[in-house]
Amino acid sequence: MGFLASAGYYAYGSNDRTAAEEMGAVANSVVPYARLREGVSSRDRSLREKIVSLEQAASFVPDGASVGIGGSTMSRTPMAMIWQLIRARKKNLSCARGIVSTDGDLLFGSGIADHMATSWFAQGILWGLSKVMRHHVETGSARYDEWSHMAMGMRFRAGGMGVPFLPIRSMLGSDVLRLRPEAKEMTCPFTGETLLLVPALNPDVALIHVQRCDAYGNAQMDGLQFMDIDLALAANRVVLTTERVVSNDQIRREPDQTKIPFFCVDAVVEVPYGSAPHECYGVYEPMTKHLDAYVAQVNKSPVAGMRAYLDRYVYGPASWNEFLSLIGMDEILQASRLGRSIHDD
Amino acid sequence: MMTDPQRHTAAEMLAAISARQLKDGQVVFAGVGVPLLAATLAQRLHCPGLTILFEGGVIGAFVEPGKLPPSTNDQRCTKRANMVLGSADVLLLLQRGYVDVGFIGGAQIDQFGNLNSSFIGDPERPRTRLPGTGGGNDIASLTNIIVAMKHERRRFVEHVDFITSPGFIRGGRSRAESGLPTGGIYRVVTELAVFSFDDEARRMKILALNPGVTREEVADNTGFDLVAEEPIGVTEPLMEQELATLRMLDPERLFIS
Repeated sequence: MGFLASAGYYAYGSNDRTAAEEMGAVANSVVPYARLREGVSSRDRSLREKIVSLEQAASFVPDGASVGIGGSTMSRTPMAMIWQLIRARKKNLSCARGIVSTDGDLLFGSGIADHMATSWFAQGILWGLSKVMRHHVETGSARYDEWSHMAMGMRFRAGGMGVPFLPIRSMLGSDVLRLRPEAKEMTCPFTGETLLLVPALNPDVALIHVQRCDAYGNAQMDGLQFMDIDLALAANRVVLTTERVVSNDQIRREPDQTKIPFFCVDAVVEVPYGSAPHECYGVYEPMTKHLDAYVAQVNKSPVAGMRAYLDRYVYGPASWNEFLSLIGMDEILQASRLGRSIHDD
Repeated sequence: MMTDPQRHTAAEMLAAISARQLKDGQVVFAGVGVPLLAATLAQRLHCPGLTILFEGGVIGAFVEPGKLPPSTNDQRCTKRANMVLGSADVLLLLQRGYVDVGFIGGAQIDQFGNLNSSFIGDPERPRTRLPGTGGGNDIASLTNIIVAMKHERRRFVEHVDFITSPGFIRGGRSRAESGLPTGGIYRVVTELAVFSFDDEARRMKILALNPGVTREEVADNTGFDLVAEEPIGVTEPLMEQELATLRMLDPERLFIS
């Protein structure tokens, strides 16, 4: 298992930290450039098949890893992978995503993650505040670091570009910035203007769900791509889940549709309905009855309600397919009908 | 035709009056909820050439009646759009200056138009952790914004607990001095009145009262002294066509009940 050979890479706490790295670790772990390059050069980037099971894919995410989550809000969320990480009882994951919804609830509520960097964290606009997020953040059992949405995007982009930061013109003057000493104001050496430098985010692992990819990991995404291309380039490992695995010939017929190149990808898992109960563009919309029931249950009781939900829907089922059957055929068909209707005119 | 005020909800009033603040030909960056609905209403009525941007990564959307997106990151946002792109890239269009108006909702606002959607109470030990900024901070930092929100005393406060999305910060020139040389808060629309900001102190003032609303009623629901500049206008009542279009767009009454 080659990917585990560099597992020590994930643990910043080893005994050979330099002062600069120490500073980096404090400042939200900007990865030193040499280490970033070494991370890429040590990966097997050959054109090779990478298909694994959902269970095997979970071993790509060590305890304590920083995890970038693809999609946004309730769209193309890698829910099957998150579901599997909870079943594998991971610990101390530090997560980042542009916008977080019930995926964040599950990460905090199950106890596998204790930190989230994002711009917005609720259960979706239809339901409002997340009582689960509130419970964990207000009692101090988990941390929510708030950045602007564009700042999150530019942090992943800097990570993907191999530079330690990018300048932006938002967040300035706000209290969002006051709580983020990791971002630094600077005077532009060309114009004298004030700019904000946001630190690169290079997650240890990115979890991304797509409509299709081949066995090598050439990934094609339909519709909204969110920050997933930058995230895939920034991360030191990428685990793809996909609605379906297609042939490399099919990928090569439409290479302009390929958004993530195979050499960024370390594992491919075919998981139909892998974003359920969230949506996957052109395939299914969110499963709102399930989400309504979920929100009512966990908001009534963010701890016991969440535990009951996890027991029934995450730990209980023997497989992802069994979880889908708990959501129910009626709801999955309705979500699919709406999902495909985006192509109607 | 005008409508009887008894026959519509406060949210419908808010959406219709917000929509009137937009002008044909503008590029508007719309948040979810009332802003999305109001921008779509404007597009169907007086602004057929309105270009609507969503932070999920959409340029020039035409949202389908009865299929309002539950967020600005859902597939429904892309219906009949001109282009989809990455969410950082659509936000960067604000920074480059392509956007005329940002249109967002608000949870709490102060006299200088600063918005809070992050914390109630001390951020170090928050009484309530709210969802956060999303793209709100970027929109408010980089363009002129219209805010549509409920008018309550606890929401209209002298100083917000936390500046999530900047208005004129501490008034005067403090916004530009903070590194935000462009944009600012242009209008606040509530179910009671439309507000603007004076040019010097940058404090909120009443521009026009909604039909049937008194200045006392506005003052009673506001936690700071509003600048008064006579004469104060009165907004035209809701028209049948506005109401009918709103209800056609949102038949499930997700955002207008």
